[in-house]
Amino acid sequence: MIKLQDVYKIYGNGENEVRALNGINLEIDKGEFVAIVGQSGSGKSTCMNMIGCLDVPSKGHYFLQGTDVSTMSEDQLASIRNKTLGFIFQQYNLISKLNVFENVELPLLYGGYTAAERYRMVQEALTKVGIWHRKDAMPNQLSGGQQQRVSIARALAARPPVILADEPTGALDSKTGLEVMAFLKELHAEGKTIVLITHDNAIAHNAKRIVKIADGNIVEDLPNINNQPFVASEAKGGVA
Amino acid sequence: MSIKQAFRMAFKSLNSSKLRSFLTMLGIIIGVSAVIMIVSLVGGMSKDITDQFEGMGTNLVNVMVMGRNSNRSFEPEDMQTLADENSDSIAAVTPSVNVSLTAKYGTENMSTSGIGVNEYYQQIRNYEMNKGRFLEYVDVERRQQVCVIGSYVAEELFAGADPIGKTMKLNGETYTVVGVLAEKSGAGEGSDDDVVILPYTLAMRMGRNGRVSSYTVQAASADTTEQAIAVIENALYQTFGSDNAYNVFNQAAMVEQLNEMTNTMSLVLGGIAAISLLVGGIGIMNIMLVSVTERTKEIGIRKSLGARRKDIMSQFIIEAATTSATGGVVGILLGFLGSFALGRALDMTVVYSMSAVLLAFGVSTGIGMIFGYFPANKAAKLHPIQALRQE
Repeated sequence: MIKLQDVYKIYGNGENEVRALNGINLEIDKGEFVAIVGQSGSGKSTCMNMIGCLDVPSKGHYFLQGTDVSTMSEDQLASIRNKTLGFIFQQYNLISKLNVFENVELPLLYGGYTAAERYRMVQEALTKVGIWHRKDAMPNQLSGGQQQRVSIARALAARPPVILADEPTGALDSKTGLEVMAFLKELHAEGKTIVLITHDNAIAHNAKRIVKIADGNIVEDLPNINNQPFVASEAKGGVA
Repeated sequence: MSIKQAFRMAFKSLNSSKLRSFLTMLGIIIGVSAVIMIVSLVGGMSKDITDQFEGMGTNLVNVMVMGRNSNRSFEPEDMQTLADENSDSIAAVTPSVNVSLTAKYGTENMSTSGIGVNEYYQQIRNYEMNKGRFLEYVDVERRQQVCVIGSYVAEELFAGADPIGKTMKLNGETYTVVGVLAEKSGAGEGSDDDVVILPYTLAMRMGRNGRVSSYTVQAASADTTEQAIAVIENALYQTFGSDNAYNVFNQAAMVEQLNEMTNTMSLVLGGIAAISLLVGGIGIMNIMLVSVTERTKEIGIRKSLGARRKDIMSQFIIEAATTSATGGVVGILLGFLGSFALGRALDMTVVYSMSAVLLAFGVSTGIGMIFGYFPANKAAKLHPIQALRQE
């Protein structure tokens, strides 16, 4: 499903050269639930940008569903983001001028679905996260937990096989954080491939596999055997 | 994303910051309404002028003979001979001597314009008689003190009484009214009906230099007008040896010339108004640039959700075009209202021009698209990650 092959991301050059990713090899199969853990500056965000097709490697290859996306044009990447990937961000990243329905509809607009299809798909996604009754609300009328649920619905709307969650609980209290993690587990159970990026080991333990990154290298890649339930060690004030 | 969606999004965006949208549009509104007002009023002026001249007929040729300080002269008899010799191109000729008259009948008194002509004038100007007869050859030849009056003069001086056979004083001399013209142009003061027609042989004496310096020539048809002009010019050149001594011009050509003048005026004034459109366009660009900066994060989000460059591009261009087109529509309405009000206030004819409306709308929309392009391109080129990081 996801295969990073000797991927480098290098910023600047000469003495100022910064290697955000230093030759990473990572393979994630279909249906896996992987957590990528690391401190801020470890390269985990760069890694997620790479997996999310928001950025291309300086060197190396990235195969997504068997296709090499590292050489694709910006518009081709946009199309892949639209069809294959669903993003959940720490700051929800809802567009404040659009209501709940329109926010969830956005990826479908770019995906070229008809109005009827869009309505059905938005309804399905919002119903799944239990917030269809607030479809006409504006984002600022919702609590943080509700907003994050809207953003999950938006990630699901176009039915992408891969969900990328970047510190999804970072801005939430422990109870709503728990709810969000429960959603991710549910999605995993439904067969979606889930990549969770976090700096919090406790949250990472919700995943089936934990990949630790430090200084642009993978330092540990182990299955999560004990599969502890979610514990909010520092659920508030997480660093992106 | 479909165009319809993009328009909906654009309207939403305009609606969400009304004051800003209005101020952005203001330049376009002022520019478009100014263009519409100018075109309407100048169009009205040109229509007035054209109407006035068209009433005179288009196969008429006016001849002015200024002469030179020499013994050579060109008299009405010469002109008549010329007309007779060229009857294939010239249908009729009349001298035309304008004099201002004080007309008096009993105790009634009025100023009017008098014109001294020969018997062909009726045919040339296509006058119809209401009562009596027109001037005849003998009247002109024998300098009989008779006149034909316009309906306005008949009304003013004779107030309903039959003027035929009555005597009236023109500049102190006694004339007998032999005919009344049928009403031609609304019987107002200063109109074609406010006129006294008398033999040119008499009018000449009222004028200062006692000469005929102006003729009206009727060409045989509209097609022979050019030929008639050539014949007359040739004869006059032969007489005077200089083309400064006379002036031959055709009504149609004059109307054309006047139209050209008003068109030029319209263009110049419209051009000045168009500068305001340009300024409005720059205002739109300015606001769009601010908007792109403000909405960097939104652009990042949209890109992360799969928006391609052209999606972002069309979103911002459509937003700019919608802003300026809305301004254009408001400007068109204001322009109509303004020209209507101005036309009323200044008592001017107003001609609403559909092409001006379409042009103004097209130009304002185009300006939005052109000036929206640069900001839209800037937005489309943003890197998704950098845009997402922006707060």
